[in-house]
Amino acid sequence: MSVLLLSRLQFALTITFHYLYPPLSIGLGILLVVIEALWLITRNPLYHQMARYWTKVFALTFAIGVATGIVMEFEFGTNWATYSRYVGDVFGSALAAEGIFAFFLESGFLAVLLFGWDKVGPKMHFFSTCMVALGAHFSAVWIVVANSWMQTPAGFHIVGTGLNARAEVTDFWAMVFNPSSMQRLSHTLSGAWQAGAWLMVSVGAWYLLRRRHREFALASVRIGLAFALFASLLTLLTGHKSAEGVAKNQPEKLAAFEGLYVTRTHAPLTLFGWVDAKNEKTHGYAIPGLLSWLAHGKTSAKVTGLNETAPADRPPVNFTFQLFHLMVAVGFTMIGLALWAVWALWRGSLERSRVLLWLMTFAVLGPQIANQAGWWAAEVGRQPWIVYHLLKTSAALSAVVTANEVVASMVMFSLVYMLLFAVFVFLLNDKIQHGPDDSDLNPAGKWALGFGLKSKGAK
Amino acid sequence: MNYGSLDLNTVWFCLVGVLFTGYVILDGFDLGVGVIHLFAAKKDEDRRVFINAIGPVWDGNEVWLVTGGGALFAAFPAVYATVFSGFYLAFMALLCALIFRAVAIEFRSKHPSPRWRAFWDGGFALGSGVSALLIGVAMGNIAWGIPLDARGEFAGSFLGMLHPYALMMGVTTVALFAMHGSIYLLLKTEGEIQARVRRWVNPLIIAFILCYVIVTLATLLYVPHVTAAFRSEPWFFVVAVAVVLAIANIPREINVGKEFYAFLSSCAAMFGLMVIFGIGSFPNLVFSNPNPELSLTAFNASSSQKTLGIMLTIALIGVPVVIAYTASVYWIFRGKVKLDKTSY
Repeated sequence: MSVLLLSRLQFALTITFHYLYPPLSIGLGILLVVIEALWLITRNPLYHQMARYWTKVFALTFAIGVATGIVMEFEFGTNWATYSRYVGDVFGSALAAEGIFAFFLESGFLAVLLFGWDKVGPKMHFFSTCMVALGAHFSAVWIVVANSWMQTPAGFHIVGTGLNARAEVTDFWAMVFNPSSMQRLSHTLSGAWQAGAWLMVSVGAWYLLRRRHREFALASVRIGLAFALFASLLTLLTGHKSAEGVAKNQPEKLAAFEGLYVTRTHAPLTLFGWVDAKNEKTHGYAIPGLLSWLAHGKTSAKVTGLNETAPADRPPVNFTFQLFHLMVAVGFTMIGLALWAVWALWRGSLERSRVLLWLMTFAVLGPQIANQAGWWAAEVGRQPWIVYHLLKTSAALSAVVTANEVVASMVMFSLVYMLLFAVFVFLLNDKIQHGPDDSDLNPAGKWALGFGLKSKGAK
Repeated sequence: MNYGSLDLNTVWFCLVGVLFTGYVILDGFDLGVGVIHLFAAKKDEDRRVFINAIGPVWDGNEVWLVTGGGALFAAFPAVYATVFSGFYLAFMALLCALIFRAVAIEFRSKHPSPRWRAFWDGGFALGSGVSALLIGVAMGNIAWGIPLDARGEFAGSFLGMLHPYALMMGVTTVALFAMHGSIYLLLKTEGEIQARVRRWVNPLIIAFILCYVIVTLATLLYVPHVTAAFRSEPWFFVVAVAVVLAIANIPREINVGKEFYAFLSSCAAMFGLMVIFGIGSFPNLVFSNPNPELSLTAFNASSSQKTLGIMLTIALIGVPVVIAYTASVYWIFRGKVKLDKTSY
């Protein structure tokens, strides 16, 4: 295999594995803030127990997220040195901003969130929880800004020619607010919120199935489901806005998403099907005019097809098509499931419906599949470009790294990540089987004493 | 923001240096604790105390490396690209070691089985030791110089980087981190465990000083470009004297029971060592050996002035805030380690 293919596979492997965890941290981060706020307001010990329990789950996802995230920070330099030289001036500043504004915030206050229960008062602890959640979101902001610049470059100019060409920032804010960054950020965040929300719903539903920790489980399902419904509807809205942006800014990517080969008006939307790339045909069940309407607001609008792009400059069409459709299908399924579960909860029939509870238990996989498929579609759909219409992926490699070296590192990452994943699943299962601690229903130390009013007697 | 005639390249040379110095001082003691974890701790409880001594802070400490990497990418993309692609295998090994260390800390105490714990104890010690060694070897190569071609690409081999000078620098770094970590543990432990740690401090100081002397001699004899700055500006030598005084101060403070001052001395010594490294290297970020004219410097490998200025604004906003809350976290978790149910 070529260094190019190997390096792309390695990047795909490391980023896909990494991206299992940050969405959970982002989503659970918000939920931790909500639960701790509920505890501070209501002083219901159940919320204290929930905060303790979900903090432990959060710690688990956060730890692997950090450990695998370090790899991402340096992989641009190790495998994509030519790319790094080309974009360092632009992309590097977003990455450095992520480090300074997001990572320090997360990791610093994480210490208080995890270990500070008896060391600081409830309000300071709540503040720390908010800061960790904020840090997780800042992190998403800067990395999505950096990635969006690769999709829709703005605020830069090219200096030098040939091998010495590189992009330099001319307008920092135009770079940050490039045409796709806010659409993609909102879509990424709503997808991440779903990941955290459905994890909470899933664990709660499983406890209800097993008839364990009923109060805890119902509260987790209620809070998780409310957030899941909100996030899944928001994902639909932000996804629609993103797709409109893709239609405008990266028309050949939208054409690949939908397998549209010929530019036309009244473009149909294929609900499911497959693309025969050799004969440039898309088969499947299609609704006439819907793509035109979704992309441009009118069924008579013209949608750009792949025929306007030279075959060599097109992304792999069927692959992109399937990834995109997988994401959309799962996204709608999550909305449907959320509505069904909310309805059942409203009617009070949730605990009797074992089918629904089982579906909710497995629903934790839904956002993960959709998030991964969506990112794969976004990244594969940009090919053959690494920076859209500026730098080809094939020209971005490290000149000095050999295929054997990449094979060696890929074998290493595969082994280490398999081990990590096994350990993660083992520990998460352990945590879930163990359940919430009953002793957490009687908060001790500074938490027991009416929020510092009588703190003199505290330990 | 407009910084007028300020020499942004030199400022960023220093700032990247500050970030990596922050990393070696802070994560240095984490890695050091890992290195002596298997030897100085006897019982399961000792090991938990060791891990919990760094428990709340190691994560934030590692962020200095990540941010240092990001700053290098933004300020000196050519250096970031050359070093990480050139040191490919060494760097992958470092990433592997750091991942193992992180995960070992996180997972070790989550399950009571002795074999589970022994496995992760091994992972923690090995991950920490290998990380320290590789960081030292990398610094040794940066000081010694690596072969570069006309485009600034690495032109050597992996085995070529394992020369005696670099390996010696690696061993010195392990000794330095182990010493630093043992002093940090004195600060965080008490009673019997502290007494056990205390027995390790002096041998580690001596081991480090021996390594330091050998590296210094080797540098004077074989790496003349690093010593050039000290020959032309003799008052820089004050820093080298200060480092020796700071190290000599460590046993003195420990003897009078002032572990915190001993730890500060150790931090000061490491800061001084990084300053010496910086003075010796400036303006080179990657020294080209042979063909010094191909070196990547703070001036020929940097981003545009505009980006350096933007980044300086980001740093001026962000770094004081970071230092403020990092200090608060250390303050909140001051004092001896007490194991409770949230501990590792």
